[in-house]
Amino acid sequence: KPIKASFVFGTQFKIFWIKTASRPQFTNCPTMIVMVGLPARGKTYISKKLTRYLNWIGVPTQVFNLGQYRREVLQTYKNYEFFRPDNEEAMKIRRAYASNALKDIASYFTKEQGQVAVLDATNTTRERRGVIINFAKEKGYKVFFIESVCDDPEIIEANTMQVKLSSPDYENYDKEEALVDFLKRIDCYKMSYVPLDEEKDRHLSFIKIFNVGSRYLVNRVQDHIQSRIVYYLMNIHVTPRSIYLSRHGESELNLLGRIGGDTGLSSQGQKYAKALAEFIRGQSIKDLKVWTSHMKRTIQTAEALGVPYEQWKALNEIDAGVCEEMTYEEIQATHPEEFALRDQDKYRYRYPKGESYEDLVHRLEPVIMELERQENVLVICHQAVMRCLLAYFLDKSEDDLPYLKCPLHTVLKLTPLAYGCKVESFYLNIQAVNTHRDRPTNVNVARKPEEALQTVPEHL
Amino acid sequence: MNVTEDSTEQSGNSLTRELTQNPLKKIWVPSSTNGLPDRHISQRKVCMTNCPTLIVTVGLPARGKTYISKKLTRYLNWIDVPTKEFNVGQYRRECVKIYKSFEFFRPDNEEGLKIRKQCALAALNDVRQFLMDEGGQVAVFDATNTTRERRETILRFAEQNGFKVFFVESVCEDPDVIAENIVQVKLGSPDYTHCNTEEAVADFMKRIKCYENSYQPLDEELDGDLSFIKIIDVGRRYLVNRVQDHIQSRIVYYLMNIHITPRSIYLCRHGESDLNIKGRIGGDSGLSAKGQEFAKSLGQFIQSQNIHDLKVWTSQMKRTIQTAEAVGVPYEQWKALNEIDAGVCEELMYEEIQQRYPLEFALRDQDKYRYRYPKGESYEDLVQRLEPVIMELERQENVLVICHQAVMRCLLAYFLDKTAEELPYLKCPLHTVLKLTPVAYGCKVESVCLNVDAVNTHRDRPSVRLTDTQPLSIIITLQTLSSFFINHILGNPDVL
Repeated sequence: KPIKASFVFGTQFKIFWIKTASRPQFTNCPTMIVMVGLPARGKTYISKKLTRYLNWIGVPTQVFNLGQYRREVLQTYKNYEFFRPDNEEAMKIRRAYASNALKDIASYFTKEQGQVAVLDATNTTRERRGVIINFAKEKGYKVFFIESVCDDPEIIEANTMQVKLSSPDYENYDKEEALVDFLKRIDCYKMSYVPLDEEKDRHLSFIKIFNVGSRYLVNRVQDHIQSRIVYYLMNIHVTPRSIYLSRHGESELNLLGRIGGDTGLSSQGQKYAKALAEFIRGQSIKDLKVWTSHMKRTIQTAEALGVPYEQWKALNEIDAGVCEEMTYEEIQATHPEEFALRDQDKYRYRYPKGESYEDLVHRLEPVIMELERQENVLVICHQAVMRCLLAYFLDKSEDDLPYLKCPLHTVLKLTPLAYGCKVESFYLNIQAVNTHRDRPTNVNVARKPEEALQTVPEHL
Repeated sequence: MNVTEDSTEQSGNSLTRELTQNPLKKIWVPSSTNGLPDRHISQRKVCMTNCPTLIVTVGLPARGKTYISKKLTRYLNWIDVPTKEFNVGQYRRECVKIYKSFEFFRPDNEEGLKIRKQCALAALNDVRQFLMDEGGQVAVFDATNTTRERRETILRFAEQNGFKVFFVESVCEDPDVIAENIVQVKLGSPDYTHCNTEEAVADFMKRIKCYENSYQPLDEELDGDLSFIKIIDVGRRYLVNRVQDHIQSRIVYYLMNIHITPRSIYLCRHGESDLNIKGRIGGDSGLSAKGQEFAKSLGQFIQSQNIHDLKVWTSQMKRTIQTAEAVGVPYEQWKALNEIDAGVCEELMYEEIQQRYPLEFALRDQDKYRYRYPKGESYEDLVQRLEPVIMELERQENVLVICHQAVMRCLLAYFLDKTAEELPYLKCPLHTVLKLTPVAYGCKVESVCLNVDAVNTHRDRPSVRLTDTQPLSIIITLQTLSSFFINHILGNPDVL
């Protein structure tokens, strides 16, 4: 449905905007992403990562993992025999819960306003894929297949060790038995595996990923969202690395409790910059890239590191428009209605002549894409920006994002691990003001000033 | 993005380098200890790699190699990656003044082979010069390159010079597509000026045959170590192998989004606004009476054009949305299409800017593309912000974009391959619709003035600029003048 602005003509021309995102999403009908591949080929890894990305850019997405459906039906996993192709009874059960998953997908689209559903299962036979295609056709959903093909035994073993052996299926197995059973499980699928074929499946839309991304075959990309998905998949990698996120050192405006602006570091901030340099040296990071924004305070922080750094305008702090350089008290005094609206929906609220967190996310998308391509990176940025980046890595919702705690003088080290991200927090022991303002209890436009200023942190 | 150099001699030193703000671009750069700014580092936005890239096309004649080369070159230059294409066919035409017939291309024509090899080497030489001596970042080597042997020669050349290589192969067996290519671009080629259509087509088909027997397409096994994209059937299918870096990833994304389905893109500004009438820049005012008249005319014009499946895009500013409302079809809003942010100069008249910020005003005329308003944006920033819009325009078919003066200049520069120098002075008057239709290797432009009066908002490049020796009647404090002199003149060799 197109988003229109409606006009209300009164004594002045005043236009009320329906809340519009900064860019159109171009999703007309729901899309099913269907994973294809033998076990331990990274399907769940891709499903979860892709879902996290799509949700972050504002496309409601959910994963439907058949393994989970199986565990709910069976309660306990005995052994690989369940997956034998000649196990008639098991086949019946598997077809049943696969069908339930499809029903849940339909419900997600119609009742929960979902836009993309990721069906995470092996889907290794043409017959099974046919069932899914017919279902989608009936309902009017688009289908895009993602197949992961991998013959490298080292990668398969690494996958198995990282995620399979700790699966609930193997709780009561010892490591060696688990490995043996899992390999037999893969064998059960191998015989009947029919990969997507460029000839026979030429009418389908799909991407085939070979050997964790050294090669891709892309067929019939239908629309904008599939194009974005392909671009994303082609930029991610699994090489171990860490991403360090930090804000600039405490700035002069921070001390005064003022938001925005482009000031330099306070003396505490300068101390932090030096401490950061020491910390980074201590981490002995291979080939570290350092990124800053275009604002003085992040650049001054990076200067202390004594290594080359790159400036990104996209990393600039959220533009507070008419509220730039004000204290929260001043905003309450001069724009009480705006202040309340912001507390009502901090993610979508846009400062007059400024930006919203939602705008920030779209502005940061190329940064995230490049972070995915890179290996070890230190990003020196700002509070709102860091919240957006953190929300991407830790899969935080739009409601949580604007209230994530990103204090000054603290480095967060993010290391991808299994299906998620390990977070280590390093407070570098340099005093700084607190700039975090929690959501106050009363967000009503008619509230009293004290109620509005209830959660404002202390400042000079 | 800017890359700032190493200051290893400073590490361990308690004094960090002082930061000064470049007055043109408002970018904070460290200055060395003697108070003068460091040598100005050239912008490295997209190309974060150190070595230049050689893009090599592969494919039989009439497979769209030159189309892709030119389009890709235009896109990369627009996003500020200095790129140039080198078409071997042109080198051949310079060498062999008159094209006789397909016989020149016969695989057993010794003389022909010799000349063709020479031309390829001459082109590679120019590639080397462009990438090493002229500041080029990407060179597109446009030729058939259909044999593994020829590609080996190129790989060796690249290795010797430290260039990365990325192949772009176009494979197509659809006779309709090939026939259409021939009609659109080959018949108009200098090679066939003396032939009639039938003769030209017959000769060209025989030319293709000359290549067919020795054609060795890129192979996922045999060429598994190379970086390439194979485009099959004009984008129905792609095979992408070993993307090495950021720029190759962007190139693949771009190539996967372009198409050749006939369509038109309509560009226009919002109708005349209240601030336009007052001669003020920026702001978020509504349409004037004339502006509303234009909006209605635009609606009628669009109806009359009978456009199939037209998409309408606006910015998130009142004046474009009001304009779209009158067209009466659903539209989508892009914040990225908002007018350039003039920062502290928002809603001022040019005379007021001249009065309050004479230095800024002068700097803008100095380099209008790169000049960033204080707390605002530059045209350069605009281009970066518009890139997703361009990418989506490439994906779409018929689109009407209702935007603003600076934004329209950036979009127009992309479609018409204008330089950064020309871009900020492109004429985009109010109440005029530009209809862009891709044709052959470029874009046909039809300008439709909808006959509704409007003020003129175009400000030409002034003839008197800061480097003139005439005394300037502007008021500058001594402090401003000296810091300007230090930062801008001494620190920026380009100005002198």
